[in-house]
Amino acid sequence: MNEQLSASRRLDIIRHKGRPTALDYIPMIFDEFWEMHGDRLCGDDRAIIGGVASFHGTPVTVIAEVKGRDLEENQKCNFGMPHPEGYRKALRLARQAEKFHRPIICLVDTPGAYPGVEAEKRGQGEAIARNIMEFMTLKTPVISIILGEGGSGGALALAVCDELAMLENALYSVISPMGFASILWKDASREREACDIMKITAEDLMKLKVCDHIIPEADGGAHNDPNQTAENISSFISESLQNLQIKFQKGLDEMINSRYNKFRVVGDFDEFPHSHTETDEQ
Amino acid sequence: MQFEDFFSVVRQRLGSDKSDESSKKKTDIPAGLLFKCPRCRNVTFIEEFNQNGKVCPTCNYHSRLTARERLKITVDDGSFREFDRKMISKNPIDFPGYEGKQQQLREKTGLNDAVLTGRAKIRGMDLVIIVMDSNFMMASMGSVVGERITRAIEYATAHSLPVVAFTASGGARMQEGIVSLMQMAKTSGAVARHNEAGGLYISVMTDPTTGGVTASFASLGDIIIAEPKVLIGFAGRRVIEGTIKQKLPDDFQSAEFMLENGFVDMIVERSKMRRVLAHLLKLHKQPEVKEVAENE
Ligand SMILES: [Zn+2]
Repeated sequence: MNEQLSASRRLDIIRHKGRPTALDYIPMIFDEFWEMHGDRLCGDDRAIIGGVASFHGTPVTVIAEVKGRDLEENQKCNFGMPHPEGYRKALRLARQAEKFHRPIICLVDTPGAYPGVEAEKRGQGEAIARNIMEFMTLKTPVISIILGEGGSGGALALAVCDELAMLENALYSVISPMGFASILWKDASREREACDIMKITAEDLMKLKVCDHIIPEADGGAHNDPNQTAENISSFISESLQNLQIKFQKGLDEMINSRYNKFRVVGDFDEFPHSHTETDEQ
Repeated sequence: MQFEDFFSVVRQRLGSDKSDESSKKKTDIPAGLLFKCPRCRNVTFIEEFNQNGKVCPTCNYHSRLTARERLKITVDDGSFREFDRKMISKNPIDFPGYEGKQQQLREKTGLNDAVLTGRAKIRGMDLVIIVMDSNFMMASMGSVVGERITRAIEYATAHSLPVVAFTASGGARMQEGIVSLMQMAKTSGAVARHNEAGGLYISVMTDPTTGGVTASFASLGDIIIAEPKVLIGFAGRRVIEGTIKQKLPDDFQSAEFMLENGFVDMIVERSKMRRVLAHLLKLHKQPEVKEVAENE
C-alpha cells in the first residue's frame, strides 16, 4: 500500500487513463451480471448501470456509477455524471433487491451529479434526496465501495449503506477539489492545494468515521494490476457480506438502526451543558 | 381571527425593524435607502419594501427574512421554545480561519449557526419548527445545522408532533468538508424515521434553497410549499451556464419553475403562509391514533 501519498498525488492516480472502471470490475468480480435498464418513469441513464448478479453463487444486486474508458464511452455515460433517471433507476433496483432479500453492492465513481438544464427540470435534487432517505431504511444489507472519485451528493445517493469501503487511492469529498477552490478562493487553478487540505483520502475518512474499510490497490495504483485489485475488492465483499449476514440475523431493526447511527454520529460541535432540553422563551 | 389580515401583521412586524443588513448588501446605494430586486432589478425605497413584508412590490419576489423575523410572522406570539441554543460548530477538517469566521458571524447575527429549531404553536396547534437563516454563511449546512435539524425532527417523532421547516441554504458548508456532506444523510434519515412513525413534515422553501439542502430534507416534505419567485435548485446557475455554454432564462430554478416541473405542491405568499400552515396542520391532526391504540 502507498500509505504516505498525498491527496493530490492520489488524484493523479485516479485520473490515470488506464484506471479500471466499474465496467472492468463487474465481470472480474461477479460470476454473472444481468443488466436491467430504465427507471420506469422517463429513461435509462447510462451513467448508472445496475442489475442482478451472482457473487460466488450468492444473488446480489449491483448498482454502479460508470465512467468511460475513452471518449466514445464517456459520451454515452456522460463522464460518470448521472441524471435524475439514473438515481431513480438505482432506487427501483434497490427496492427490487429488498423484495427478493438480495444484498446490494454499490460501486461509486462520479465527479458529481450532472449540472444541466434537463437534470434540474427532472428534479436532480429530489432524486438524490429520495435515494438518501430510502436507502436509509432499506430492509436488506447495503455495501458501498468508492472506486475512484466520490463527488458530492451525486456519490452520497449511492453511499447510504451499512459498510462503506474505499479503494486505497479513492477520494470522497463534499465537492470536487476544483469546485472547492473556485468557491472558497475564486480560483479553480488551486485544485491541488484544495485537494490537500480537504481531508478526502481514505485514511482521512477513516479518521472522520465516514469510511469503514480501505481496500488495497495494486502497487502504484489499480491500473498496474486490475485483476489483483478486483481480487482485493472481492475479498472485501466476501468478508463484508458475512459480517452483515450475522448482523442481519440479530434482527432487521437492529441492522437499520445501526445504519442510521453510522451517519447519525458524524458531526463536530460543542455544546454547553443542558442545551438539548427546551429552553426559556426568547 | 378567522379572516385576520396577515398581510398587515407582516407589515406591522417587519416595518419596525431597526436594521436591515441583508438588503444593504444587495444595493450599492449607501445608507440602505433602496432595495434592488435580484429578480426584476427594479429599485424600491427600502421603507416601502420593508412595509411590504420584504416582498418586491414590482414582481412579488419574496426576499430573505432573518430566522427571528420568520418566527415572528409565523408562530403564535411567545410560543417559541428554542432547542439546542448553545450548540456551536468546531472545525472538523481544520480549515484555516473557520473558527474566526464563525465567531465574527455569531457576533454580527446573534445566531450560533444558520438555523433555529424549537417547539412552537400555530393557532394553538403544537409543532416543531425549523428556520434557516441565510445571514449566517448563506445558511450552508455544517455539523450544527445538521445536528439541530436532526434532533428537532427526532424530537417531533418522539412526541408525535408535526414538523414545519423553512429552508434556505447555499448548500453544503465547504469549510466542514465531508462532515458537511454527511449531514444530508443524517437529516434525510431523520425524515425517513418521522415518515415511518406517520408524522407530518411540511417543507417551506424560501430564498435560496439550493445544493445539498435541496438534495436532502428540503425536497422530502409530505407537502412542499414555496414562496413566490424564490430560487430553488440543485446545481448553481453559473455552473450550469458553464456546462451548457449559454445563458439561462430568468425564471430558471424559480419557485414557479419547480411548480411547473412537479417538485413543489403550492406557491404561497408570505402574507398567507401562517393561515395556510394552520389549515394544513388542522387537517393532519390525528386524535384518532390514540383511540385506535386503546381499542386494541
Ligand atoms: Zn422584483
